[in-house]
Amino acid sequence: MVERFDAIVVGAGPAGSAAALVLARKGFSTLLVERGRAPGVKNMFGGRIYAWPLVELLADWEKDCPVERFVTKEGIFFLTEDSCLGVTYESPRPPEGGPASFIATRSKFDAWLAKKAEEAGAMLVTGIRVDGLWREDGRVRGVTVGADDRVASELVVIAEGAAMGLVRKAGLRGDLEPREVSVGVKETIELPAETIHERFGLAEREGAAYVYAGRASLGLRGGGFLYTNKSSISLGLVVSSEDLSLRRMEVQDLQTQFRMHPAIQRLTKGGKVVEYSAHLVPELAWNMMPRLVADGVIVVGDAAGFLINNGYTFRGVDLAIASGIAAAEAAETARAAGGMSAVNLSAYDRFLRSRNVLTDLERFSRAPLYLKNTRLFDLYPRLLIEIADRVYRVDGTGKERLAEAVLEQLRAEDVPKLRLLRDLLAGARSM
Amino acid sequence: MTDVSTEPPVRHGLRIIVCIKQVPKAQELSVDPVTKTLKRVGVPSEINPPDQNALEMAFQLREKHGGEVLVLSMGPTAFDESLERAIAMGADRAYLVTDRALGGSDTVPTALTLSEAIHKIGAYDLILCGEETTDSSTGHVGPGIAGHLDLPQITYCSRVEVHGTMVRGTRMVEDGDEVWEGPMPAVLTVNFGCNKPRQPNLTGKIRVKRGGLVTHWSASDLGLDPAHIGLRGSPTIVAKVDTVQLPQRKGRIFQEEPAVAVSLLLEALRKDGVIPW
Repeated sequence: MVERFDAIVVGAGPAGSAAALVLARKGFSTLLVERGRAPGVKNMFGGRIYAWPLVELLADWEKDCPVERFVTKEGIFFLTEDSCLGVTYESPRPPEGGPASFIATRSKFDAWLAKKAEEAGAMLVTGIRVDGLWREDGRVRGVTVGADDRVASELVVIAEGAAMGLVRKAGLRGDLEPREVSVGVKETIELPAETIHERFGLAEREGAAYVYAGRASLGLRGGGFLYTNKSSISLGLVVSSEDLSLRRMEVQDLQTQFRMHPAIQRLTKGGKVVEYSAHLVPELAWNMMPRLVADGVIVVGDAAGFLINNGYTFRGVDLAIASGIAAAEAAETARAAGGMSAVNLSAYDRFLRSRNVLTDLERFSRAPLYLKNTRLFDLYPRLLIEIADRVYRVDGTGKERLAEAVLEQLRAEDVPKLRLLRDLLAGARSM
Repeated sequence: MTDVSTEPPVRHGLRIIVCIKQVPKAQELSVDPVTKTLKRVGVPSEINPPDQNALEMAFQLREKHGGEVLVLSMGPTAFDESLERAIAMGADRAYLVTDRALGGSDTVPTALTLSEAIHKIGAYDLILCGEETTDSSTGHVGPGIAGHLDLPQITYCSRVEVHGTMVRGTRMVEDGDEVWEGPMPAVLTVNFGCNKPRQPNLTGKIRVKRGGLVTHWSASDLGLDPAHIGLRGSPTIVAKVDTVQLPQRKGRIFQEEPAVAVSLLLEALRKDGVIPW
């Protein structure tokens, strides 16, 4: 006998669990299927989550959400071989309940959110990889696992993450190109909480979120990140997989060099690497996003390419949760309109826009292209640091004014001023 | 031997009961050097691997002949994990006989208890067991059930076929295969590794989540006499457990030409009393 649900959600990450939670609340019989043996075990993410959609999803989310630390200190740093130039911004966290951002490890966060979906009435099944869509009479009728295991549903919510296997099988987009995916690596480095507080100037529950450019990725397009957990540091890189293959480099070698940089060494000294993991990160240009709905299908989270990387903020989890909520609302609208056809589900677009998901994606849609400019990752960080060196060095040989130092260095690096100006303008527009 | 292939097919499919045991995962086991018993605490569990082959055998028979696969076990409620896994693999229902009074049972009361449970389940065509368990390796329980229920049995089967009301088991023996046939109902024990047990599937896992498929029975539900179960009902006495010390080998190599080397070897073995003549 075939098992039947109103909705099947494939993938118990933030997007899938949020969708399942809201679908269950709205009275849909909901199955949430996760490939890992538990939600979050497959996931490497240890980093920042912007909390605004959680406030909408669960009014009392702060009560038991596995927050490592709330972000109170932001930093952006440019690295050359042995130097580091950076800006930090410190701010106390906003009042209780207000939108904040926090650092979490996805293994704990995903387990927590999936539990909330179960509590709302969704059925969670783990350890199963859905590898196909069950199609009949030209529409999707459920999911398939292997040759003869199938489960029926009116709606399939694809929340499978960056690999987009089902998205492609549903015909919502073509194969991924190497330039559309980055590779993320992360190490977890154990350090006592007191050491973290001292080195980063943090109090209990306060956290730092740093991004690194330049030498962090050895000049490849991409960058480094560092987040403080309770008693560990997440240190990693996100690097263009196209550049990795062109330059024949291994991401773990880049990570080792990044970890050995003096500026990073100072922060992680004495720590023990206890975990290493790698993951795909979608970096789709706006025009390469998949179609978001089809008859009986809706796509959420990374699988839909909902990721914003504009160089200084890196957003994925908040967009994932917001898209999960929007998908459930679209399902409710479609049910009222008579069924899960693509036309009825198209209200998804409206619910995404009401949360600024699509609007933010459009607004920053130039960023992926702009961030493809390799000068950003190689030449300009070096330039900035050499200028800083000129500005701060006093050795009795005579001192130029700031503007002179800048111009002198541009000449030394052979950078045409017009190109610099154009890059600056493009950067300002896209960010 | 009658030719069973001409018999009419079974009409309503087969009702197969598979007896399973939950055991500690063999790769993660170690022996306590002091007590000489298995360290079971904190070790993950699995369905006894030969029982997994018995389950797979049952599923294949159901696919061919229709019917249902019921799973039976005796043990603490933690065994639900394995019964649920069996359902996730495709079993229709499961029964667990669980009672403090059964603690300490050896293979005699275990076979008795399972027989009573099978009796309570009612009509059945086949009872399948794994050839033995990985945590005690006796191979007693299957034949014990056949004894208690007074049923024909075929042990160590690597192939099982059903023709009409007859069952045919192919058992692997040292110098080849033996083929035995008997009338159903019958007890068969299944060879370890004779097939590739399937993994739990999505439909199976959903059925587990929906619940209600595992029934618990106590010793009194089965009307078992307390004198016949648990430690009291177990004739086995463990007098002593010891570790076998492997003797140190001499590692002597005879490098003379073969005829000479052989006679030198024989002489050395005689001298050490390894061969007495």
